Amino acid sequence: MNISTQLPALIVVIPLLSALIMAVVTLNKKAWAWPIAVAALGGALWAALGTLCMVIHSGPIQYRLGGWAPPYGIEYRIDHLSAMVLLVISLVAFLAAIFSKESIKKEILEKRNHFYTIFVLATTGLLGMTITGDAFNLYVLLEITSLTTYSLLAFGGGRAYFATFNYLIMGTIGACLYLLGVGYLYIKTGSLNMLDLFQLLPALADSKTILIAFIFIQVGLWIKMAFFPLHGWLPNAYSNAPIATAVLVAPLMTKVTIYIMIRVMFFVFSADYVFSMFYGTFFMVSAAAVAILVGSFYALSQTDIKRMLTYILIAEVGYMVGGAWLGNPQGLSGSIYHIAADAIMTLTVFLALGSIAFKTGSTKIQDMGGIFKKMPITMAIFLVGAAGMVGIPPFCGFFSKWYLITGGIDAGQWFFVIALLISSLVNAIVFFRIIEVGYFGDVESHTHVSYKRDEAPLTMLIPGLISVGLVLGMGLYTREIMVFLVDPIIRSIF
Amino acid sequence: MEVLMAKYNYFLYILLMAIGLWGMIAKNNLVKKIVGMGIFQTAIILFYVSTSVKKGASIPILAHAHAGDAHHAVDVSLISNPLPHVLMLTAIVVGVATLGLALALIQKIYQEYHTIEEDEILEALNK
Repeated sequence: MNISTQLPALIVVIPLLSALIMAVVTLNKKAWAWPIAVAALGGALWAALGTLCMVIHSGPIQYRLGGWAPPYGIEYRIDHLSAMVLLVISLVAFLAAIFSKESIKKEILEKRNHFYTIFVLATTGLLGMTITGDAFNLYVLLEITSLTTYSLLAFGGGRAYFATFNYLIMGTIGACLYLLGVGYLYIKTGSLNMLDLFQLLPALADSKTILIAFIFIQVGLWIKMAFFPLHGWLPNAYSNAPIATAVLVAPLMTKVTIYIMIRVMFFVFSADYVFSMFYGTFFMVSAAAVAILVGSFYALSQTDIKRMLTYILIAEVGYMVGGAWLGNPQGLSGSIYHIAADAIMTLTVFLALGSIAFKTGSTKIQDMGGIFKKMPITMAIFLVGAAGMVGIPPFCGFFSKWYLITGGIDAGQWFFVIALLISSLVNAIVFFRIIEVGYFGDVESHTHVSYKRDEAPLTMLIPGLISVGLVLGMGLYTREIMVFLVDPIIRSIF
Repeated sequence: MEVLMAKYNYFLYILLMAIGLWGMIAKNNLVKKIVGMGIFQTAIILFYVSTSVKKGASIPILAHAHAGDAHHAVDVSLISNPLPHVLMLTAIVVGVATLGLALALIQKIYQEYHTIEEDEILEALNK
């Protein structure tokens, strides 16, 4: 049997089985948890890379689980978009797992075997959500991801419990609305397979049930992705989490949900259906612009870097939702490219911030005095991530903003364009404030920060340096990414 | 009125969902929020299950079919749709897991703040 035909299944099976084995094996040997987690995620990364090559080489893949033909069986369907997101997820999870070795030992030494089991399961859920071609299977994996994320966030202890509880309530409402929407689709069409739904739905385009189903699914996903004004759970939940959790969850959770939104909009419903809605584009793009502005201004008023980044995350959700709803190829290209770019940039910034928190024990801006002298390599990593988020060429953040802004101009959505520009400016201000304190800040008043050089351990620096390479590489090879990955998707939609 | 009588079950689920949603958002006690969550999820499960019901239909088990003749004709109007039941089994499992996790979190919150009333916790957080 040729192993390459089984690669799509292996993406999910390797981490899933590893998590189950790990749960048993590490009961007595806690030190084994980290190597098993890294190996499992490395395996998933290998399978995702192989699948991506296959998709680029020979087009979308359909994989029938257990050999059952769709629409009766569950089918994995991997096109260029999902192959790209799969690679991003497995890469981020792999780097985050390597990074977490020392910080987990410091934060939750006794329960680190449980932490890694749930960590790998959360990644399995994210990968499964991305790869599946079945609307109900997606709900189950969405809940697996959410449940594991709640536990990972709650490892923070103290304030994290209440913040996670609020997230759990909101997340459950979101998932239930999605489930209800899928139920309506099932009543009308009798199918749960996404491709089958895509073929059945145009005949039912006038049905009110289908419209309600679309709205329920969208609202459910907006809650899950923290789209303003449904973002209330995110800042507290993420800023109280252990740093190893934040490094995994912050880059991935919102981005994968946006991928699901794009998939539902264009591959379950269709572009014709979505953009024929009464003022739908105008309303959604305006809402996205408001989300960007609100997220940016809240970020401006924060004194803690971790909390500031959570508000930037909310602003970035606005970028991608707005880009997807612009209804032109430019905007959607920007949105899809930004899913990958933002995941990598957020990872870079959080890796650097994690190293700082690990060494100094603080993420407050006022405590950053002399940090450039103390941790030069970490701060270099931080600067690259920050430059990407501000949108300075040649880093990848510039190109996604470029596509989004040209898309906004093409669609005549000036409010959205202005919001994007203001957000870049705000990002520049907040990051330069950190740089200012880091270079010229007052060291004497804080006894625990000194000029002595004290760099983070290698297991923290290497993932950071790799992600710096990715931010730069994605920017330099934007044209190739667009031609090989994004354009085939855009062509199949418009 | 006729619609109401013919589809009274769906109106019941809407009512249940509204009660659940109100409990999750408006209640001050964390355990009551969880109870609201349970009602909300149950309403959706009932909704799914009732979509499979047909008048005069029986359970989806073929009494006299053997392995060899699985292809013989079946009158689908006499058999209720089994798929929603199967889907809801999974949804129930998800609901139980969510409930368990939520209760564990409440236990931790109680150890931390010695209360499960939301306003008192917020007061302690803002101190």
